[in-house]
Amino acid sequence: MAEVVFDEVSKVYADGTRAVSGLSLDVGDGEFMVLVGPSGCGKTTALRMVAGLEEISSGALRIGERVVNHVPSRDRDIAMVFQSYALYPHLSVYDNIAFGLKVKKMSKQEIDRRVRNAAEILGLEQFLKRKPRALSGGQRQRVAMGRAIVREPAAFLMDEPLSNLDAKLRVQMRAEVSRLQRDLGTTTIYVTHDQVEAMTMGDRVAVMRKGELLQVADPQTLYDRPVNLFVGGFIGSPAMNMIEATVTRTNGALAVDVGKQHLELDEGTLSSRPALRAYEGRTIILGIRPEELEEASLAPETPPDRRLRGVVELREALGSELMVHFTVEGTREALTEDVKELAQDAGAPTAERPRESNGSGALLVGRFGARASVEEGKPVEVAVDTRSLHFFDAETSEGIYDAEPKEKGASA
Amino acid sequence: MAAAATETAQFSGQRDTTAARILRALAKTPLQILLAAIGLLWLVPTIGLFITSILPQSSVTSLGWWKIFAHPSLATFSNYSHLFHNAGLTGALKTTAYISVGNTLIVVIVGALAGYAFAWLEFPGRDWLFIGVVGLLVVPLQMALIPMFRLYNTLGIGGTTLSVVLFHAAFGLPFAIFLLRNFFVGIPKDILESARIDGANELWIFLRLILPLGLPAIASVAIFQFLWTWNDLIVSLTFSVTPITVWIFDQLRQFSSSIDVIAPASFISLIVPLAVFFAFQRYFVQGLLAGSVK
Ligand SMILES: Nc1ncnc2c1ncn2[C@@H]1O[C@H](COP(=O)(O)OP(=O)(O)O)[C@@H](O)[C@H]1O
Ligand SMILES: [Mg+2]
Repeated sequence: MAEVVFDEVSKVYADGTRAVSGLSLDVGDGEFMVLVGPSGCGKTTALRMVAGLEEISSGALRIGERVVNHVPSRDRDIAMVFQSYALYPHLSVYDNIAFGLKVKKMSKQEIDRRVRNAAEILGLEQFLKRKPRALSGGQRQRVAMGRAIVREPAAFLMDEPLSNLDAKLRVQMRAEVSRLQRDLGTTTIYVTHDQVEAMTMGDRVAVMRKGELLQVADPQTLYDRPVNLFVGGFIGSPAMNMIEATVTRTNGALAVDVGKQHLELDEGTLSSRPALRAYEGRTIILGIRPEELEEASLAPETPPDRRLRGVVELREALGSELMVHFTVEGTREALTEDVKELAQDAGAPTAERPRESNGSGALLVGRFGARASVEEGKPVEVAVDTRSLHFFDAETSEGIYDAEPKEKGASA
Repeated sequence: MAAAATETAQFSGQRDTTAARILRALAKTPLQILLAAIGLLWLVPTIGLFITSILPQSSVTSLGWWKIFAHPSLATFSNYSHLFHNAGLTGALKTTAYISVGNTLIVVIVGALAGYAFAWLEFPGRDWLFIGVVGLLVVPLQMALIPMFRLYNTLGIGGTTLSVVLFHAAFGLPFAIFLLRNFFVGIPKDILESARIDGANELWIFLRLILPLGLPAIASVAIFQFLWTWNDLIVSLTFSVTPITVWIFDQLRQFSSSIDVIAPASFISLIVPLAVFFAFQRYFVQGLLAGSVK
């Protein structure tokens, strides 16, 4: 058991690609840390530097008390689960799991005890004699896990270990890996591009983009207070609606104008985001999560100045709820670099259907109760939970919170 | 009735009736006949050699080979039993075995180590060095005979079996390194990285992962090298060493009618590589395919 500390760690590949720049991150002893971000953002590179498979260009990496920059992989006391599982094809499941112990010249009895124990935990007892090619994807994944846990290392490293499984198995293994990590209490760094995996598994989640760390926080903080537009849009599914809005003041209280419509803000909003006062009269980017929207008749207590009127473009019934795509007249979608990148990222659900305004206004997605009465092509009145709105600077894309907006939330 | 009907319907697509089967067999037959004919044609000299080797010397030239089926049969293994009491031949066989096994061992061991290094270890100038090795593939062996002969004499190992072993090893290595390196490169990188993280050093990885995973390629290199050096004549002849090929050649020169010695000796010399080939045929084909296609 040990903590893993990145101190301004950078990686520049031989061809000049800057894969990771100035990464500083403390992974506590026993913590489950998830690195998440769109593909190509440097997650794997960061992990491989911890594993010793990639040289560190600058900065220091500590595992426990030791700076390991120049320590070879085999002496780092870590175990890694690869995306491909990397099982040894000519060895049986038993020998695969025992491999790392045999290397260490552990006694036969101790190896046997550990392998059988791991096999029992992972439900692999009846497969110990098989070769990897005779196993299903889920079983191979478990063998890879088994190989890691028998070593009882200082830290586990996992690079998208579930991405080769089908959706159903992925959900099941997600829970199993989480449970296993909790039981063992081993420091874990887990890489994924799937924000759902990140949110459900991580004690804390580190969001990366283009080699830089944007925010590290527990899942709830990440969801409630994203430091910038990118994190806001990346976390949550369906993704946050992001439209341009103007901050105004009416009879002493702050409000935002969305197109020709007006949304009154709470007192609470202002006290938790004092910096918002400075944006009075300026255009900002307003983030509204689909789950904060509801059809007005299902939320009758919402006052009229906290409603948006729009026209339904598309209605998707999921049984438990309704996904409603509607346009709000006179509004514009935020089109910053972040938003474009989010749309490009194949992992984001917005990529499938580009949100294009059809001239009259921005297209928003709402997650309504199943009983909402909406019809395509008809007007709809939408109640907005204005307590959970998100505000971002239109130029910098930074979230608007305290007077000093530069808060990375690195300590939680 | 209904079941039978559906069954017919099911199989009507394949039309697996007796007539159809005969037709199919007929369609394939020309090719099979052709292949069998080519095979037989290639076997004729071998069979001829074998028959000659079991005829008494007096009959070889005067009687037809079919006399071995006569009563009493003329066939005899006395040629062979004589041979095995011939110190010259047994000595030559030992020399051949020493040369072909010895140089094959060197080529396999050094080739596998070098192939691994070229495939997976980082060291300066690696790729240039490998290009150099590939370049050596095209150097004709004959070109090196005289310079090596002089070098060996200077070193004082001229005329020894060792000199031939070293010569064969040197000329076998470029191809072995080339083939093995290309095969090893195809082993997934993750597996080796995983082993390193699991605590294995390079030697452990080489012995426990590379060798077993590369077995098909290694076996095919070994067979190639063994066959090629077993049958070699020119190198040993040049360096005045007498393996079986040279020994047979000598018989030919000394007594032009010594067919009763030459035929069985040739047959012995032929049967060993054949046995080796059939014993390892599985790896041979696998290794060639795996090495080239990847
Ligand atoms: N060996 C390499 N050489 C050069 N560039 C690389 C190498 N590996 C990865 N990269 C680049 O580094 C960036 C980060 O890659 P990676 O860490 O694999 O991202 P992720 O795992 O987040 O998808 C990408 O732009 C990728 O193209
Ligand atoms: Mg990756």
